[in-house]
Amino acid sequence: MKLTLKIWRQENEKSKGYFETHQLDEVSEHMSFLEMLDVLNEKLIADKKEPVAFEHDCREGICGTCSMVINGHPHGPNAGTTTCQLHMRHFNDGETVVIEPFRAKAFPIVKDLVVNRDSFDRIIQAGGYVSINTGQAQDGNAIPVEKDQSSNAFDAATCIGCGACVAACPNASAMLFVGAKVSHLAMLPQGEVEAERRVQNMVKQMDTEGFGYCSNVTACEAECPKGISVENIARMNREYLSSVFGGSVED
Amino acid sequence: MPFKPNVPPGPLADKWTQYRSTMNLVAPNNKRRIDIIIVGTGLAGASAAATLGELGYNVKVFTFHDSPRRAHSIAAQGGINAAKNYQNDGDSVYRLFYDTIKGGDYRSRESNVHRLAEVSRNIIDQAVAQGVPFARDYGGLLANRSFGGVQVSRTFYARGQTGQQLLLGAYQSLSRQVANGNVQLFNRHEMLDVVMVDGKARGIISRNLLTGELERHAAHCVVLGSGGYGNVFYLSTNAMNSNSSAAWRAVRRGAYMANPCFTQIHPTCIPVSGDYQSKLTLMSESLRNDGRVWVPKKQEDAKAIREGQKTGVDIAEDDRDYYLERRYPAFGNLVPRDVASRAAKTVCDEGLGVAPTGLAVFLDFSSAIERYGKSRAHTQGLNNPSAEKIRELGEQVVSEKYGNLFEMYEKITGENPYKVPMKIYPAVHYTMGGLWVDYNLETNLPGLFAIGEANFSDHGANRLGASALMQGLADGYFVLPYTIGQFLSQEIRTPKIDPDQEAFQEAEKATRERIDTLMSVKGSQSVESFHRRLGKIMWDYCGMSRNADGLRSARQMIRELREEFYRDVFVPGSAQDYNPELEKALRVADFMELGETMVLDALDREESCGGHFREEYQTEEGEALRDDENFAYVSAWEYTGWDEDPKLHKEELVFENVELKTRSYK
Repeated sequence: MKLTLKIWRQENEKSKGYFETHQLDEVSEHMSFLEMLDVLNEKLIADKKEPVAFEHDCREGICGTCSMVINGHPHGPNAGTTTCQLHMRHFNDGETVVIEPFRAKAFPIVKDLVVNRDSFDRIIQAGGYVSINTGQAQDGNAIPVEKDQSSNAFDAATCIGCGACVAACPNASAMLFVGAKVSHLAMLPQGEVEAERRVQNMVKQMDTEGFGYCSNVTACEAECPKGISVENIARMNREYLSSVFGGSVED
Repeated sequence: MPFKPNVPPGPLADKWTQYRSTMNLVAPNNKRRIDIIIVGTGLAGASAAATLGELGYNVKVFTFHDSPRRAHSIAAQGGINAAKNYQNDGDSVYRLFYDTIKGGDYRSRESNVHRLAEVSRNIIDQAVAQGVPFARDYGGLLANRSFGGVQVSRTFYARGQTGQQLLLGAYQSLSRQVANGNVQLFNRHEMLDVVMVDGKARGIISRNLLTGELERHAAHCVVLGSGGYGNVFYLSTNAMNSNSSAAWRAVRRGAYMANPCFTQIHPTCIPVSGDYQSKLTLMSESLRNDGRVWVPKKQEDAKAIREGQKTGVDIAEDDRDYYLERRYPAFGNLVPRDVASRAAKTVCDEGLGVAPTGLAVFLDFSSAIERYGKSRAHTQGLNNPSAEKIRELGEQVVSEKYGNLFEMYEKITGENPYKVPMKIYPAVHYTMGGLWVDYNLETNLPGLFAIGEANFSDHGANRLGASALMQGLADGYFVLPYTIGQFLSQEIRTPKIDPDQEAFQEAEKATRERIDTLMSVKGSQSVESFHRRLGKIMWDYCGMSRNADGLRSARQMIRELREEFYRDVFVPGSAQDYNPELEKALRVADFMELGETMVLDALDREESCGGHFREEYQTEEGEALRDDENFAYVSAWEYTGWDEDPKLHKEELVFENVELKTRSYK
């Protein structure tokens, strides 16, 4: 199939970006979206031009590296699919495809489609862990955890840290990312001990990084390639409030 | 240079405990004054950095990724083994040790493997305490499943994302140490050289990938947890950026590369679909529990399928060859990875492959769907259910077991595997070879350590499923933090290492020259195109089966390709800037040198064992023929120069606790 690509080019964080148009004539429907971009880059290199910078790594939907907005959707139009798992059979011959970076104040652009997501790391460093040193652990079966509870914790923990939630949100809020980690650890007995400190520190860091507030648009859930639920945001709010007021809001 | 395994004395089961209890320690006040560099933030690197930080050392950790959480350990699906015996099915440390030695076709070091089995139990405890959401039973206790090559259930798992959850656990522990200042994190930094001062590893040269700036980092010792080298084949299940450069740069400074020809080819991956293909996707080993592998018996049927005139379902039962069940009746579709991969190649070589490329076999779930459908109909009390009803119920059961994998397959291929058989083909997945290390995980270069897939230590010639995660975390959490003290306890009087001294200046200069060389070629071919060609040579001649003639010509081809690379490669952009093409060029240059060493190793090893199959050495039935008398050694290759042959050193393997047997799955 033939495609027209409108791709965002930007030299660095400070420079002004613009859309550049490219034609690709021989796109196979079996290609992944990133393989289509590989073909474009090979063509650009053959013409001695600078290839489009985009980030990618595992190409099987788990590392969270790929980060682009395709036709207005982070990770493209298919639900539950990262850019690297999106295949060209979902596009039509002759279509124009618009490709942009994730846009958010807390994700400055590095080059073209590449953004800096260090802010996510700093949020985890603020408290997204259980404070246990190697060797301190008791036997793995010492504390039973109810199967459904463990399964819910897993659902939150499946976040790949890609930042699509931020890119999807009109306020560039990171509530889904932070809520997912707060929930994952708060739902397990191992993480519950320091739940109050954790949620306060993580939320504080999130605000420091310049992410916006949540206004319940829930586009984050719709665009999340791992289907993380906005229930995690509600749970984080509950955890946060109860940590501030010193009692459990649930009771 | 020392080249001794340094295995402590004593009975196998007591070695580690005795050694650990008597080894030299570094006191807390001294730990504060000692710097450690760790390269890589996968399971091994992140767990080591977190643990060494907790112990009070000053740790600097480097990753070329934007975040430590992106390391390729994240993609491991199946699970992690541990000798917990929670299922009361007769598992023990000894049994895990034995299975690993046997699975590795008797080409690994007994003492290291036994230690691995011992600490496997602690890993599970540690991960649970970190909040890793392992699968659990209704009683709230940890669940297990089985994997290939063993007869117990010892695999712990977190759905199909065990690697992700374990890596996030290690990443979070690492993040905690970053927050309290014990670990300094350098993301988007790639190591380009190791710096040796007076015979000891004292630092690295790294490139800031955002600015292109070269940096000199000094420490009392250097740890490489930089992963395996599967991407030398270009197409593999590894992540696109996984590379061997950190390890290979160490080899260029004198570290030995051990068993480089031992690579694991995983039998069940989605086949190549075109020339643009960038990577291959694994379909979990667990599918072989229920899927039956077959090809058509007749060439004309295979041809019709390849040309799209027929599909798998059009072939009558009698015209199908379930070749694994035929050749290996005892294990059937569940033979180990190396055996299953070779058998697939054999039938495709005979012209029976079922993809347009000729390189695919069927993995068929229709028998399982029917069997499960009947069983569920019976459970539901349905009398004389229709064939459609049976299929519907059977598909339900299969979906409950493998739903996410079937979905992934359909996303990639556009075919519905419930209705038509999956097409699969083997692909490069893991590398058992790596930097040679002694019992302390120290390379032959003092002060340079290698952990995880980057070393050769535990898997011999073939790794068992769910053992990679176990080894990475064992090395990082429970082995290196102790053994590194053997070296560092001698360094407590060593002042801070000066990164401005001559050795660092020299290494930085050499690195700059290497970059300038690549940038200044200004040829006409892309880095990617060279990588693809290298991969093709490696796959054709040093892949699933190898022979002396092919290996010799492969070596010649690699040399010619290398020459052409330095004459005609084109690296766009600038070296003083964010430049992914330059990053690739540096990696591909190293892959070419490593590839040649792999070929030489494969040539030297005149036997077939595990993932290494030499066509000249097989039984009449086409099975691998091991030669314990002449080849029960670890090959350790020393780099000697650009145009020179590397020098082979041999570490003889001594088996005091297990009897060497032929693996048979018939």
